[in-house]
Amino acid sequence: MNIEHEKLKTRRSKALLVKENEPSVKAGDSRWDLNLYVVGESPKAVTAFNNLKIICEEQLKDKYQINVIDLLKNPQSAHDNQIVAVPTLVRKLPLPERNIIGDLSNRERVLVGLGLKELGELTVA
Amino acid sequence: MKKKEAPSHRNVLPKSPTSIQGLDEITGGGLPKGRPTLICGGAGCGKTLFAMEFLVRGATLYNEPGVFISFEETEKELTANVASLGFDLDKLVKRKKIWLEHIHIERNELEQSGEYDLEGLFIRIHSAIEKIDAKRVVLDTMEILFSELPNPQILRKELHRLFQWLKKRGVTTIVTAERGEGALTREGLEEYVSDCVILLDHRVIDQSSIRRLRIVKYRGSSHGTNEYPFLIDEDGFSVLPVTSLGLNHISSPERISTGLPRLDTMLSGKGYFRGSTVLVSGTAGTGKTSIAAQFVEAACKRGERVLFFTFEESSNQIVRNMRSIGIDLEPWVNKGLLQFHATRPTLYGLETHLSTSIKLVNKFRPSIVILDPINAFVLGENQTEVNIMLVRLVDFLKMRRVTAFFTSLTSGNDTMESTDVYISSLIDTWLLVRDLEIGGERNRGLYVLKSRGMAHSNQIREFRLTNNGIELLDVYVGSEGVLTGSARLSQETKDEAEQLLRQQEIGSKQFKLERKRDALAAQIVVLRSEFEAEASDALKVIGIEKAINERFTLDKIKMSKSRRGDASTKISYASNGNGRKK
Repeated sequence: MNIEHEKLKTRRSKALLVKENEPSVKAGDSRWDLNLYVVGESPKAVTAFNNLKIICEEQLKDKYQINVIDLLKNPQSAHDNQIVAVPTLVRKLPLPERNIIGDLSNRERVLVGLGLKELGELTVA
Repeated sequence: MKKKEAPSHRNVLPKSPTSIQGLDEITGGGLPKGRPTLICGGAGCGKTLFAMEFLVRGATLYNEPGVFISFEETEKELTANVASLGFDLDKLVKRKKIWLEHIHIERNELEQSGEYDLEGLFIRIHSAIEKIDAKRVVLDTMEILFSELPNPQILRKELHRLFQWLKKRGVTTIVTAERGEGALTREGLEEYVSDCVILLDHRVIDQSSIRRLRIVKYRGSSHGTNEYPFLIDEDGFSVLPVTSLGLNHISSPERISTGLPRLDTMLSGKGYFRGSTVLVSGTAGTGKTSIAAQFVEAACKRGERVLFFTFEESSNQIVRNMRSIGIDLEPWVNKGLLQFHATRPTLYGLETHLSTSIKLVNKFRPSIVILDPINAFVLGENQTEVNIMLVRLVDFLKMRRVTAFFTSLTSGNDTMESTDVYISSLIDTWLLVRDLEIGGERNRGLYVLKSRGMAHSNQIREFRLTNNGIELLDVYVGSEGVLTGSARLSQETKDEAEQLLRQQEIGSKQFKLERKRDALAAQIVVLRSEFEAEASDALKVIGIEKAINERFTLDKIKMSKSRRGDASTKISYASNGNGRKK
C-alpha cells in the first residue's frame, strides 16, 4: 500500500484517561514484552522503532523485548489484536495490556503510556 | 422493474442495484457503483439495516460479496440483529459471501504519542476485501473513531484518504453516520463522501411513527427528490416511490364481469376493464360492500385471487353479512383465493398502511384488490395525504394490472359527487349508489357516473338486495317521473290494469264488428232466396201467359179457317209478325 505521509502537528488530547491513582509499574518488577505494529518500513515505523528503542535502553535495559509486527506481512494480526491506527505499541507484559499509538516522538507520553511514569510527573512540553 | 433504466442520460453512471424495494426506482438503478455513499440519520432510523440489506442483496442476488466493517456491534450482535429480517448471516459468512469485521478501540487503554495514521484500518479492510473478493463494503458508523481516537485532524485526513482509496479500488461503499445538529452528520463526513448522500428520518406524527428517506444528493445522476416513506419489517427495507412512476402503465383491453349481469350490460355488456380502478360511492347502507362482494364472488369463480382490505368490519362479519344476501365467500377463503385483511385505519400511519398493502399485494399476487372503504382513512384534515396515498396505491396496482375496487362512504349532506371529487381523476369506472326517496320510502338507485373507455348506460337502475344477491331492476320512467320501490310497483299495476281494460275494449269492438258482418251476410242470403223465389214465380206466369197466347192464336186461326173469311191474311200477318220479331 502506498501511504502518503504528511507532517501534522500532533496535539495533545485533552481527555487523557490515565488514572492518576494507578500505581506505576516499577521497571524492575518483571519482563517487558512490547509489540510494535507497523505497516512496512514507513518513516513513521522507523521513527517509532527508534524512539522506542531509546526509551527501552534507558529505562528497561536487558529486561525488554520488542516484537515488530509488519501488518503488510501479517494482516491477520491486525484483526486479532484490533489494530486500527499505526504505529501502535502494545505493552503485552506486564499486564494489563496498554496501547500507545503514534510514532512515539513524545517521550513523556510514551513513559506514561507504558506506565513508567505517572501523569502527575509529566513535564509540560 | 428492478432493472428499470435511468432516465435517458447518454453516459449513465454505472449503478449498483440495492434491490431494496423502491429505492432502485428513485435512484434510477441503485447506488453509484464503485463509489462511496453516505447514509445519515438519527439514532434508530435504520442505517445499519439499510447497509446490511444492501450487502446481503448484493451477495445473494448479484453475486457481489460484501464486507461489513462494524464499529459498534460485534459480529455476533450483528448476526442476531439482522436475523429478524430473515438474513442468515452465518450461512453467508460460511459461503464467503459476507465478511463481518468488528473494529473495536478501547479508549481507556490508549495513549497517543506523536503522529499516527489509519493504515491498520486500511489493512484490515483490504484483507477483508481480499478474502472474499468483495465488491461492496459497509462502514457502519465510522465516526465512532472520532470519540475513540485522539487528534481529529489526523482522523479527517485519514478518512479522506480512506474514501479516495476505496474509490480507487472500485468497491461500492456505504458509510453510515449519525445525524448532527444543523448538519447532515456530526463529524461532517458529507464533505468527504460527496457522490451520493441519503438521509433517513424517523419521526412521529399524530402518534404514528413515520420513516422517510430522501436523497440529498446524487452526483452525476438524476434522482427522485421527494421524501419517500419507507418501512422496516420482517422482509427488510422497503421504500415507497410510487409517485415517481408516472403514467406509463399498459392498459388492458380485457374485460371482467362485475358479477351482476345487469351491471355488465350497463357497462357496454362486458363489465370493468382489467387493471382499471373502480369506485363505488354512496351513503351509508346503500350496498357498496355488497357490490364488492358480488364482484369478489364472480372473480373467485373464475379462479382469480382477490385481496380484500376492510377497514370497518372484521372479515367474519363481512362473510356473515354477505351470506344474508346469498353470497357465500367462505369457500373462497378456504380455497385460498380470497384473503381478507381487516385493520383499523388508526392502527398505523398512512404510509404503513400503504406499504403493508403493497407488500401484501406483492406476496399474494391478487388480480383484484378491494379497499372497503377508502375514506375510513380520512381523519380530520388529512384529506390531501389520503389522496396522495391513494394515487400511489392506484399507480402501483395499475403497474401490476391489478383491478382496484374501492368503496367510498359519502355523507348524506354533501352532494354525492363532490365528496369524492378529489380522487375522481384516479377512477376509471365510478358507480354511484344513491337513495331515492319517493312516496315515503327509501330505495336504492344505481347508476354509472363515469366509465372511461366504454359506452356505458346513462340509466338509473333500481338496486335491490335480495336473498339471492343483488338485483338490478328498471326504474319506472313515465309521465309520473322516476319511480322506484312500491311506488314503481303500484304504478306498474296501475299501468297493467289500464292496459287490460283497453285490451278488453278492443276485443269487444272487434266482436261487435264480427257480429255485424255475420248479420249482413245472413240478410244477403235471405234476400237472395226471396229474389229467387220471386224470379221462379215470374217465369211460371210468363210461361202460362205465353201458352195462353199461343192457344188464343191457334183458336183464332181455327176460327177463321172455319169461317173461311178473308181476315185470315191479317191474322197470319200478325202471327208471322210475331214470329219474325223473335
